Amino acid sequence: MIQLEGIHKRFGDHTALDDITMDVPTGRVFGLLGPNGAGKTTLIRIITRITGPDEGRILMDGRPMVAADVATMGYLPEERGLYKKMKVGEQSVYLARLKGLSKTDATMRLKEWFERWDMGDWWNKKVEELSKGMAQKVQFITTVIHEPRLLILDEPFSGFDPINAELVRDEILRQRDLGVTVMLSTHGMASVEELCDEIGLIDRSKLMLNGNVREIRRRYATNTYRIEFKGTRIALANALSFTGELLDTDESSEVSTARVRLGTGSKLNDVLRQLLPVVEVLGVHEEIPRMHDIFIRVVSEKQPETVTAGLTE
Amino acid sequence: MNKIKLIIWREFITRVRKPSFLIMTILGPVLIAGGLLLTAYIGSQETTTHQVLVIDTEGVIGTPLKNTESVKFFLDGHDWTDSAFKASPYTVRVNLLPNVLMVPQADLYYKTLPSEFGMSTIRNELEKAIELAKLRDEGIQKEAYDRVRKPLDLKKFDIDEVGTESFAQERALIGFFFGYFMFIFIFMYGVQVMRGVMEEKQNRIVEVLISSVKPFQLMMGKIIGIACVGLIQFILWIVITTTMVGIGTAVLAADKFDPKQLAEQGVTADMQEQLKAAQGADVGFDQSRITDLIEQINIPLVLGVFLFYFICGYLLYSSLLAAIGSAVDSETDTQQFMFPITVPMIVAIIIAQMAVYNPESPAVIWCSMIPLTSPIVMMVRVAMGSAPLWQLALSMFLLILTFIGTTWLAGKIYRTGILMYGKKVGWKEMGKWLFYKG
Repeated sequence: MIQLEGIHKRFGDHTALDDITMDVPTGRVFGLLGPNGAGKTTLIRIITRITGPDEGRILMDGRPMVAADVATMGYLPEERGLYKKMKVGEQSVYLARLKGLSKTDATMRLKEWFERWDMGDWWNKKVEELSKGMAQKVQFITTVIHEPRLLILDEPFSGFDPINAELVRDEILRQRDLGVTVMLSTHGMASVEELCDEIGLIDRSKLMLNGNVREIRRRYATNTYRIEFKGTRIALANALSFTGELLDTDESSEVSTARVRLGTGSKLNDVLRQLLPVVEVLGVHEEIPRMHDIFIRVVSEKQPETVTAGLTE
Repeated sequence: MNKIKLIIWREFITRVRKPSFLIMTILGPVLIAGGLLLTAYIGSQETTTHQVLVIDTEGVIGTPLKNTESVKFFLDGHDWTDSAFKASPYTVRVNLLPNVLMVPQADLYYKTLPSEFGMSTIRNELEKAIELAKLRDEGIQKEAYDRVRKPLDLKKFDIDEVGTESFAQERALIGFFFGYFMFIFIFMYGVQVMRGVMEEKQNRIVEVLISSVKPFQLMMGKIIGIACVGLIQFILWIVITTTMVGIGTAVLAADKFDPKQLAEQGVTADMQEQLKAAQGADVGFDQSRITDLIEQINIPLVLGVFLFYFICGYLLYSSLLAAIGSAVDSETDTQQFMFPITVPMIVAIIIAQMAVYNPESPAVIWCSMIPLTSPIVMMVRVAMGSAPLWQLALSMFLLILTFIGTTWLAGKIYRTGILMYGKKVGWKEMGKWLFYKG
């Protein structure tokens, strides 16, 4: 859907984006991750053509993106709001018409949405009478009302209670199933695992990680297994000998659990072969790192480097 | 283009629908017309009848003084003590000073101060009596004197406008009125543009909007939409004010200065003249001269120039104000930026005032060229007809050039400013934004 090629963006002396090249595949949910100030919002603003890159180009469906492509996008910015004094219905129609819908179309579609999300009686209310969560729902609807092919959501879950967050999550998945490409930026790593097929992780203006979520998690796997067993810890530790390293055990319940990292060159089978004679193995699971851990690892890894760089200067 | 229309419409309709718009539209003219009528009314209204005791120890006054509705004269040749006056029913005492025929002086003591109208009635009546006394002493016939004493009617003619009398000064005042109105409008609605931009920024709706429209469209839509609100309000004000002033003066005039009614009350034509004078109307300034004055103003030109300077001046200032609104987070931060914008406007008003009396001064000519002051100053010069065509053309050209320039610059600042939160912005920072790439 969208390909970024060598995007650079500077604000004065500050480099906001440094050579970003990545793909946002069609019909997938793409998570744009990174700590605050990493450059996510700038990148999103470049894709939505609110600002332009200093270098690099953006391809849409394989051809350079043009201004008219913005009409096929729905963008929910992180800093979002509504006119407080305007009525909900009138304002939604206005926003929908700015996206190119006709008045009748806009009204019809909005009524449908309001019905579906159980907010029919909000139409004539003023925005200032709505709670924050209610206003967020209105905003989400106005983002998708023109049926965009690309949905860009910056922190879509902020401001929602768990019930409405669930509603939005389901809606995102529904949109994906309809063939819409969704790009979302979030700090909630749990929702990344749950929702995203692909991610791009930006830290300090650079793209640090990009690709399929499952593959990335695999890549960061440390060959660690959780083994559920019956028997003693000592027996298990002895049996492991050279094939693996016992990280920790939990013997609080009837079934004990041990976390074992395989030694170099060892396979899970080697470990099991050693263990089977001494303990009763009830289950084995590979530990795949959570996005949360990967995020922290990637972001904090860079830290020492910058410090040294600072010292040598 | 469709989108900009939508934006204009929203800006327009949300403002026009506000109760405050209705209140201002009605209240504005009520205040203006009310103010005008009230001053006229208070000036003319005499609630009490003044019993005026005239002390004429020298026996100067031969003929009886004419009484009016509100002023009754009583003559006495004896001096009165203050305490006797205080105890008397008279409300005003006028002492003609000794040798009043040579040195026309009199002292007026009052219990209640007569209105300006009452004062002038007293003054006129006494002046006339003294005049008659002098004529009698000199042995001059009243009729002969009336033939002699005619004021000189000095008329001005512009050599380039042969045929009609010139009312340059009066026209300049009309120009100044237009200019002054322009000043108020530009400022009032320019600030509304700034507030609107700030509101969108504070509401955080601005990024939602610029994902569907260009920042420049959003800015121009707001500026034009608010201009429409202003124009509608202006037209309504004029309609309502003229109607109200028309009705008001008709009522007042019928009440007070109907010549027929005055004649019935035994007021001579001569007195009526004086009544008019007391009202502040120039005695020599009769109806035909007013029509002459109106005819002399090139109304299409003045209105055309007014509209031009009005629109361009508004665009110039409101785009600057929009840029300021975009750069700040709150109203209090606007102060440092507002100051340099208000200064040229105030200078313009001062220079425009100067232009009324001294249209050819270099300061006036320069300020009618410099775009930030030209709308107001040039208005005065055009109304009085002192601006050569080439100067007008140059001034207009410079203004157009400048407003295109400022709108472009403002657009650049606006584009960056609306997305900048939580940062205290200075001039230097704003300067940097001009060089950011779109």
